[in-house]
Amino acid sequence: MASETEPTAPAVRLSHVDVAFPEPKGGVFKAVSNASLDVANSEFVAIVGPTGCGKSTLLNCAAGLLAPAAGHVEIFGMQLSGLNGHAGYLFQQDALMPWKTARDNIALALEIGGTPRIEAVERAQVWLGRVGLKSFGDRYAHQLSGGQRKRVGLAQVLIRNPKILLMDEPFGPLDAQTRQIMGNLLLDLWAGDKKAVLFVTHDLEEAIALADRVVIMSAGPEARIIGDHTIDLVRPRDATEVRLQPRFHALHKAIWGQLRSEVIKAYGGEIG
Amino acid sequence: MPIARWKLFLLQALVAVVALGVWHVGATIPISLDGQNKPVYLLPPFFFSAPLDVAQRVVKMFTDGTVKIATCAEPFNIATMLQTNNSCFGKTIWQHLAITSIEGLLAFAIGSIAGVALGFWFARRPLVAAVFDPYIKMFNALPRVVLAPIFMLWLGLGIWSKVALGVTLVFFIVFFNVYQGVREVSPVILANARMLGMSERQLFRHVYWPSALSWMFSSLHTSVGFAIIGAVVGEYLGSAAGLGYLIQQAEGTFDVTGVFAGMTILAAFVLLVDWLVTLVENRLLVWKPPAASQQV
Repeated sequence: MASETEPTAPAVRLSHVDVAFPEPKGGVFKAVSNASLDVANSEFVAIVGPTGCGKSTLLNCAAGLLAPAAGHVEIFGMQLSGLNGHAGYLFQQDALMPWKTARDNIALALEIGGTPRIEAVERAQVWLGRVGLKSFGDRYAHQLSGGQRKRVGLAQVLIRNPKILLMDEPFGPLDAQTRQIMGNLLLDLWAGDKKAVLFVTHDLEEAIALADRVVIMSAGPEARIIGDHTIDLVRPRDATEVRLQPRFHALHKAIWGQLRSEVIKAYGGEIG
Repeated sequence: MPIARWKLFLLQALVAVVALGVWHVGATIPISLDGQNKPVYLLPPFFFSAPLDVAQRVVKMFTDGTVKIATCAEPFNIATMLQTNNSCFGKTIWQHLAITSIEGLLAFAIGSIAGVALGFWFARRPLVAAVFDPYIKMFNALPRVVLAPIFMLWLGLGIWSKVALGVTLVFFIVFFNVYQGVREVSPVILANARMLGMSERQLFRHVYWPSALSWMFSSLHTSVGFAIIGAVVGEYLGSAAGLGYLIQQAEGTFDVTGVFAGMTILAAFVLLVDWLVTLVENRLLVWKPPAASQQV
């Protein structure tokens, strides 16, 4: 935590990043164009944009799962090549290994790094408790609800204590109540050691409730970063109750004004 | 709505009773008399035998302990059995069963190991897969029965020609399943495993391997079934022991009762093996969600 060397460089720096995919009929599809974004150490940044705007693509660049077509990615001041070893990644879809129990899924994250099995399992049990699944360790993925699977996924990522947390619409498939509960869980866990977080979502309310900064992306293709808003709501926050504050409404109104035209553009593009 | 267990069992038993009843009536109650005042049956016993005769024969096979083939002083052991065309094979029904089981088991083991190994190799090396693709298709399309005489020529009349036939059947099922399983590992699970820091070796152990195995196990019923089919067909075409041999011998002497008795034992044997496979499967695939059709 505080004892760690405090690098002055931002945890994640994307500078002038382009992302392009080859199209099946030839040519290239440019998903993201000239995106620059810094995430400081212990900062919680949310990226919001209309569906299909390339938010996840940008996140994959920060994770090293995808190489940008132009521009570069720096992690703590070092040029990223290959996978980002400092980052934990929580995926939108279920990424648990279905053939392992919840506990083994979490323990595996440690075992990979060479932690002895017994110790890994013990620590996994501690993490099961932290995400509120103390007695669910022996269940397999299909025996857990969507929210419970996300909790296991969160524990699996956090048990390795990554310096950066990348989240790709992690609570997207969950129902509204579960999302807010998960949001609070995330805030609680994050408050412990304040990792740098890059959180992708299409839900503006969720973004404002959780983040320090909300970054807006335009509709794709060639999506750009078109807005960067500081969220000055006091912490600690309650992801549910914060939504009732007047300041929340003011922020929501200001940001939504910018986002709305992009959302309409995204749908218009699809329909047209 | 799920059917009550006893109700299902009763209905299943009813099917057997009706089928056997029709057979029994057709084979034992004459419908008229012919010119020499001999009874005429709907299902003449010479062609169809009768359920009670078959049952008696099955019981006799198990109680007598001997099934007409040359008796022999030597005690039963696997070493003699492996020798080609040894007349000491198959003294008792248990030995016939043992031989068919061993052949099936060996065919299953060898076919599975080869299928898993090649399935993995092909899935991870697209070039290899592309080069061998037409040959794999060619061999898979080949009716395996035509290979049986060749295997006998190469491997003799002992168990290995039957094992080889079974292997050619099992291999392709396992191979295609593992190939598919490795290639269709969820990209999200793979990406997650990579982000968690897995090396290629760890990916193999924790992701590819369990995924491929789960596909292999999902075809367990089919591949075990085919292993037994390979063994029985091989025995049928030329051997000195095994269930296939028993049936073939009975057919050779127009002993229809013997044929049906052999088939009955084979059917019971297959049911037993299938039940064992289900046990193994339930144990190995606890993590699998129940199939959609079984939910409700």
